[in-house]
Amino acid sequence: MKARAFSYARPSTVMEALEAFEGCGEDASYIAGGQSLVPALALRLQAPQLLIDIAHIDALRGVELQGDWLRIGALVRHCEVLSDPLIRQYAPLYSEAAPHVAHPAIRNKGTLGGSLSHADPASEFPAVTLALGAELEIANRQGTRRVAADDFFIDLFQTAIEPGELLVAIHVPVVRPGHRWAFHELARRRGDFALVGCGILAEFADDAVENIRIAFFSVGSTPLRARQVEKSLVGKRLDQAAIAAAQALVGDDLDPPDDEQVPPAMKRHLARVLLGRLLGQIARQGS
Amino acid sequence: MSELVNVTMTVNGNDVSHNIAPRHTLADFLRQTLELTGTHTGCEMGVCGACLVVLDGRVVHSCLTFAVQASGSTIETVEGLTERAVIADLQEAFHQRNALQCGFCTPGMLMTAYSLLEQPGVPSREVIRDALSGNYCRCTGYEAIVDAIEKVARDRAAVAHASAPEEVLG
Amino acid sequence: MNALTPFDRPNSYIGRSVPRPNAKRLLAGRGRYVTDIVLPRMLHVAYVRSPYAHARIVSIDAQAAREMPGVRLVATGEDLAKLCTPWVGTMEHFKGMKSPPQLPLPIDKVVWSGQAVVAIVADTRALAEDAAEVVSIEFDELPAVIDIDAAREPGAALISPGLGSNLCFHGKIDTGGIDDVFAGAAYVVEEEFHFGRHTAVTLEPRAIIADYDASERQLTVHHATQTPYQFQDIYARHYGIPESRVRVIAPDIGGSFGMKLHMYHEDMAVVGLSMMLGRPVKYVADRIESFVSDIHARDHRVRARMAADADGNILAMDVEDVTGIGAFSAYPRTSVVEGNQVYRLMGAPYTFRNYRADLQVVFQNKVQMSQYRAVGHPIACTVTERLVDMIADKTAQDVFDIRSQNAIPDDGYPCTSPTGYQFEALSHHACLARLREMMDYDGLRAEQAELRIRGIHRGIGIATFVEITNPGPAFYGVGGARISSQDGAVIKITPTGDVHCLISVTELGQGTETIIGQIVAEHLGIDRDRIKVITGDTETTPYGGATYACRGAGIGGETALQAAKKLKANVLAVAAAILQDEPDRLDIHSGWIVDAATAQPRIELSEIARIAYFRSDTLPPGTQAQLSVTHHYAPQGYPFAFTNGVQACHLELDVETGLVKILKLWVVEDCGRVINPLLVDEQIRGGVVQGLGAAFFEECVYGDNGQLTNGSLADYLVPMAVEMPDIEIGHVETPTLDTQLGAKGVGEAGTAAASAAALNAINDAMKPFGSTVAQVPMTPARILKALGHI
Repeated sequence: MKARAFSYARPSTVMEALEAFEGCGEDASYIAGGQSLVPALALRLQAPQLLIDIAHIDALRGVELQGDWLRIGALVRHCEVLSDPLIRQYAPLYSEAAPHVAHPAIRNKGTLGGSLSHADPASEFPAVTLALGAELEIANRQGTRRVAADDFFIDLFQTAIEPGELLVAIHVPVVRPGHRWAFHELARRRGDFALVGCGILAEFADDAVENIRIAFFSVGSTPLRARQVEKSLVGKRLDQAAIAAAQALVGDDLDPPDDEQVPPAMKRHLARVLLGRLLGQIARQGS
Repeated sequence: MSELVNVTMTVNGNDVSHNIAPRHTLADFLRQTLELTGTHTGCEMGVCGACLVVLDGRVVHSCLTFAVQASGSTIETVEGLTERAVIADLQEAFHQRNALQCGFCTPGMLMTAYSLLEQPGVPSREVIRDALSGNYCRCTGYEAIVDAIEKVARDRAAVAHASAPEEVLG
Repeated sequence: MNALTPFDRPNSYIGRSVPRPNAKRLLAGRGRYVTDIVLPRMLHVAYVRSPYAHARIVSIDAQAAREMPGVRLVATGEDLAKLCTPWVGTMEHFKGMKSPPQLPLPIDKVVWSGQAVVAIVADTRALAEDAAEVVSIEFDELPAVIDIDAAREPGAALISPGLGSNLCFHGKIDTGGIDDVFAGAAYVVEEEFHFGRHTAVTLEPRAIIADYDASERQLTVHHATQTPYQFQDIYARHYGIPESRVRVIAPDIGGSFGMKLHMYHEDMAVVGLSMMLGRPVKYVADRIESFVSDIHARDHRVRARMAADADGNILAMDVEDVTGIGAFSAYPRTSVVEGNQVYRLMGAPYTFRNYRADLQVVFQNKVQMSQYRAVGHPIACTVTERLVDMIADKTAQDVFDIRSQNAIPDDGYPCTSPTGYQFEALSHHACLARLREMMDYDGLRAEQAELRIRGIHRGIGIATFVEITNPGPAFYGVGGARISSQDGAVIKITPTGDVHCLISVTELGQGTETIIGQIVAEHLGIDRDRIKVITGDTETTPYGGATYACRGAGIGGETALQAAKKLKANVLAVAAAILQDEPDRLDIHSGWIVDAATAQPRIELSEIARIAYFRSDTLPPGTQAQLSVTHHYAPQGYPFAFTNGVQACHLELDVETGLVKILKLWVVEDCGRVINPLLVDEQIRGGVVQGLGAAFFEECVYGDNGQLTNGSLADYLVPMAVEMPDIEIGHVETPTLDTQLGAKGVGEAGTAAASAAALNAINDAMKPFGSTVAQVPMTPARILKALGHI
């Protein structure tokens, strides 16, 4: 299990990184933490000519409050997501998901930007990003653009990032009073990719749901919002009947792949159970 | 395209500099180039935890890092921690409790334990098990490892307590 | 209350928990595994593997690979067949068993997906992998034989047409009149059980360096193996090298569990590659290769019935086991041993006498299946113990009561099982009683009832077991396999009075060297830290069976004990000559020759050694000091030293998700004389966790086309720290009278019954729902299916 030979570049600015990519005929990969990329290289599933190490670009670091938005640099590592006080205060769904992301040593190296760019449909952070309604800042030779999370995850391991572009930062609308949230996943072992997972961000007014974003992961080729469920809950108090009605709808929102070990019926069943538990948790946050 | 590149880093307190192929993982660099064979590779894909090392103060998989990425960094392996005697109590507790059999996972276990016990407080058994969630051991069944780490955590806390000035303890 | 215990004697080490001296280097990162070893001019091999489960090899084009940078040799099956004679994995005592001849690399066709086809030897592993990518092999795909039923149907595609069928072995046991017993029974329960394939997943993968020196026709092999002597024999015979010129060294080994004593094609090829190149060649399986080339284990489907009378007395068992073993029988231990132990261990704890069983061992296009920790035990135990619980359900008996009622009485030995196993002395009743008390069974039952009302579903499962240890020559030798059941030791005193013990049992981390040191120290009369135990080198240690089937303590330990006594007699003879006393009036304590009656020191052992080695002129005329001894020991009493025990599993089932939290596991075990409780308990714990892995996580999943679909450590789930419980262990000691030491084996005990206890616990937890499961691993999918959720 040895990677095919490649060349290595270590740019110190985003522009240098973009130029390096362009300069090698686009047969290149960016590497930050490398926690998903390195195994793919070792297995020779990917074999770029050039590896562009973006881990030393200062502009990609840091967590910063910018008005109503929290800017999280793409290089912020999972362990920082877990411990950062600004993220805990303003984007707490990330903090709650972080302990479920792999294992301590992976969290020490893996980056939020890497996880989102990789877009594994079984990963926690892409779904949380969706639930939070974050926007993704992407750099290219012309400048930067911001893509809403809803438009970012396109297909299996495929995002709105075009070849050569680089995810620079994640912008999260900060949580406000009236927001409630919950995250959980069902996994066979601690740190495993989940059988099913879900993150929910809800805004309440007078104990009724005003807005709600429910994002599942491990149930399709991308993280998925349970839009019918969301619609059914808006304007409702989260009582048992509302939760049961939501559970009855969730199966149709998901698109689990055929898998003999974890068949679609099982994923849908687990999603129903998980949704019920998380909505119950959110309901109790009001009392 | 596979030209050698220079990597320079501090490993166990020593500055090292070698020209290597970029595809060389840090694990292979440590084991083959530097002959630090205490770091083991069990899966080469970041699952088993046998290859953990301390990189710039954090425990990471050396199989999931190319050596060239770590150029400019400070690395510590089980050999270095042993020489600095900072895990001597862990090693003794593992030994007394027989918290190892074949020993192949052990350097990785020690890395995780070392890192966990850098945190303040005495971790519960659940927290210890959680910290070990990325360290695979086929021999022991884990309980002895948890016991050994728990013992060292308590012993260290007791020493810290005994040596702390009264006013700090409140 | 001040009575002396055996531990108050000097140098009394047997029975004491002492840590392992050889663990210190492992803790310091100073272990020396084969994966660490580098030899001058050493090359590395990578293999091109078959993508098909079953295919004819039409052509191989390796020219481009030969031209790649750093490549020193590209070899095919034909190249190696010129050097290596074929092997066949059969044993004569399995009447009628058949298996095709095997070669290091195939010539005509591949028979499993992942089979190595072409070897690339290069300066580095990375360069070898580069070249492997450009080898072009044309295959003509054949129908893959995967399903154990389809494989046996008339007209099925044949993996080895020369054998006439895909059946490797068919065995039957019948005590007679079974149909009548079942017809007349008050209760009959039956179930179809499925046991998934799993694999050992040692943390250090298989690793080997072959170093052939043509100038001396000397082959040295550094091999991560449990059984160096067995491989010395195999390499010598199949490569035509005199045995005296084949040296196998087994240094530190990163786990083995029975997996590292089989002949692997890649390993055999490495020897030939080194001979072709005259240079050392290293092969370390990467984890992906491990999954498609290490032996797999289990893979049984068992249909079984149990009959009982109205009072819950078990009357009979009727068993049909079909097991899939891959495309051939493994060498040299065969792939029939597991099935053989399955159908002979069924019902072993109980008194019933009526038994019928049918065993079919089937070839299929999968990785070879063979012996792995607790060979056959978990299957026999799970089937038996589940059926016992089902009888208990019928008769409304408690699970402890029905076992107490049916287990062979502790004073009912010796006796013979209906399947022919001879039991010297077991202790089921003592173990059951001990377990019940240890786990507060009645308290747990009360708690279970209370929690059920609140919708929390806990389960308690019990499994009684019998373990096979210390096999004599009836195990392999009588079948014609050149696998020794005896062991040998050399013990020598150095001039300063230290002791070296070279012994043929090997160290795998389980603590062989430690217990051998304890035994020699106690029986020689010296401090433990003055003994160095040396293992794992065919050139320096005496010939022996090494480590398999839990024989290290029982056979290796007895070898060391007898050798130490022999050496002590030699020492006392010299001491008596020097002291002008009688040997039987002397003893040795802590390295001193003492007066046997008074323990008064007379002369230090180091002084005896000094005189013997440097001043033999001062010894009385005619005295020739023999301060080294060689001694061999082969078991001669019972064919096996059976052990027994009982396990209990307590768990909580989330009945909505199918996820399980294992709360606690208890084991009461009787391995005879316990030499080192610390090590024994850790053997049991490690074994239990492997059993729980089989129960809940581990399974090699194959697609219909014979592709292993989860062959990586990310996809194949091994038990990890968070999911595993604390494990409480108790002991009952019934020493074997076959040896002076009295020790039996313990390495299989944990694995033998953990999955059975877990399966019974899950079924107990699901009882309110009327759901049952009879398949391991018990995945969330299978549990949810049983519960009717999917």
